[in-house]
Amino acid sequence: MLCENCKKRPATVYVRRSINGVTTEAHLCEECARERGELNFLTGPSFTFPDLSLGSLFSSLLDHLPVAPGGSLLTGTTLRCPECGLTYGDFRERGRLGCARCYTTFREQLEPLIRRLQGGLRHAGKVPRRSGGALRVKHDLETLRRRLKEAVSREAFEEAARLRDEIRALEQKLKGGEGGV
Amino acid sequence: MFDAEAVFTQVRSAWLGPGPNSDIVVSSRIRLARNLVDLPFPSAAGKDALAEVLSRVRRASEHLPEARRYQFLELGRLSPLDRQVLIEKHLISPEHAREPEGRGVVLRDDETVSIMVNEEDHIRLQVLLPGLDLNAAWQLANRLDDSLEQQLDFAFDEKLGFLTACPTNLGSGLRASIMLHLPALVLLNQAGQVFTTLSQLGVVVRGLYGEGTQALGNFFQISNQLTLSQSEEDLISNLLALVGQVLEQERAARSRLYQEFGNRLVDMVWRAYGTLTSARILSGNEAMKLLSDVRLGVTLNLLPHVDLGTLNRLLVLTRPGFIQRVAGQQLPPAERDVRRAAIVREELLGKNK
Repeated sequence: MLCENCKKRPATVYVRRSINGVTTEAHLCEECARERGELNFLTGPSFTFPDLSLGSLFSSLLDHLPVAPGGSLLTGTTLRCPECGLTYGDFRERGRLGCARCYTTFREQLEPLIRRLQGGLRHAGKVPRRSGGALRVKHDLETLRRRLKEAVSREAFEEAARLRDEIRALEQKLKGGEGGV
Repeated sequence: MFDAEAVFTQVRSAWLGPGPNSDIVVSSRIRLARNLVDLPFPSAAGKDALAEVLSRVRRASEHLPEARRYQFLELGRLSPLDRQVLIEKHLISPEHAREPEGRGVVLRDDETVSIMVNEEDHIRLQVLLPGLDLNAAWQLANRLDDSLEQQLDFAFDEKLGFLTACPTNLGSGLRASIMLHLPALVLLNQAGQVFTTLSQLGVVVRGLYGEGTQALGNFFQISNQLTLSQSEEDLISNLLALVGQVLEQERAARSRLYQEFGNRLVDMVWRAYGTLTSARILSGNEAMKLLSDVRLGVTLNLLPHVDLGTLNRLLVLTRPGFIQRVAGQQLPPAERDVRRAAIVREELLGKNK
């Protein structure tokens, strides 16, 4: 039996529907059935996805980035990341950076974009122990100072003395490590 | 003993089990994006750089807590069907499998943890738990991240936080997602409005398999939009507050459906159950739609003999990749539809007789 729709391919799908008491039948090939939506059977109110995705926001922001980095006198030259070779134009096109160094290379151009995208420019989350370096130490210091204050107010002087020593050690480390991180 | 084959042929993922609020929430996921400081991001990396990332992350993963529970898979060495199964189980993303060469994934035996290597970023660490359990997922992800960080130097900036290939992931690199089943909001045509409101509050709504995918079976993923300028804990608690409101609205919609359309609802649910337990041919989309109806019925106690865990398992068991992988070969759609119908009958009837 051939497909009733295209009359070319063999019919492999049998569709029988009953809508308000009226029954219809059809013998279709898979392709035609798919085309006619017979393989979906989705009924009820159809639901359309509003395009609210992060991707669409991001690409609309990218479209508004200046064509040339910095001053427009630089047309013809392209700012290029010395580490991975990505140009500013590449980023504008693809929306992806090439390496960690790109963030330094294109900082001036990226900051307004990131501010729009992220609503701010201040990392407030986790700091890695190794690459976080001085910042991690600063975070630890803040925590220790807070605990010292608490210890003093509780008159837990032994604990306070121990915390004070830890703070001093960290402060030394911070001085010694400054610039090296 | 680690059964390396099990992930492709069995559905034992912990995230398909019971969890808090599992009448609406299927699973909670935390994803952290990290990059190595001295190598180009995957999209700009050549073959050698990709291989270097793979081998460094692989070595680092050998120091994870309970390291014996993990296996490392190179996507380039898997068959297309294997990769499709990993996507269907949400262990890798469709983007990750697009160019499999030089890509890899580290998996824990219960499929709670997957570490995608060389997806958009060098590392995408994911923790997936059943039900609404974001805080526990974050705690585990945080511990695993600490462990990796002892072995690897991550790209980090004081102001911008963890550096990612796309600026939309900067800072915490954290994307928290909740997979929700919202059939009543869809049936009452309220879902669109709820999602529009959510998007104004910094939340992204997507389909079952991420960006750009359809809302199959009324399942949706809700996740945070911003990643910078807030701590991980704040990002998570903001999302949880909004999700709490969505749960309330879905529950209200379910009881309204029941009160106003009682007979029609009961009929819809039992028809769906009847079709699932009788049909000899089931397309993937039809199965999803009917499973959604049955799931709604189970949570309203209209089908008390059906178990939510079985329905969750069927979410994976009825996907085309999994059906073909279990069959051991590629199958034309018509044949998959026949097998799918048999699998559904066996799961629903075989267990509840």
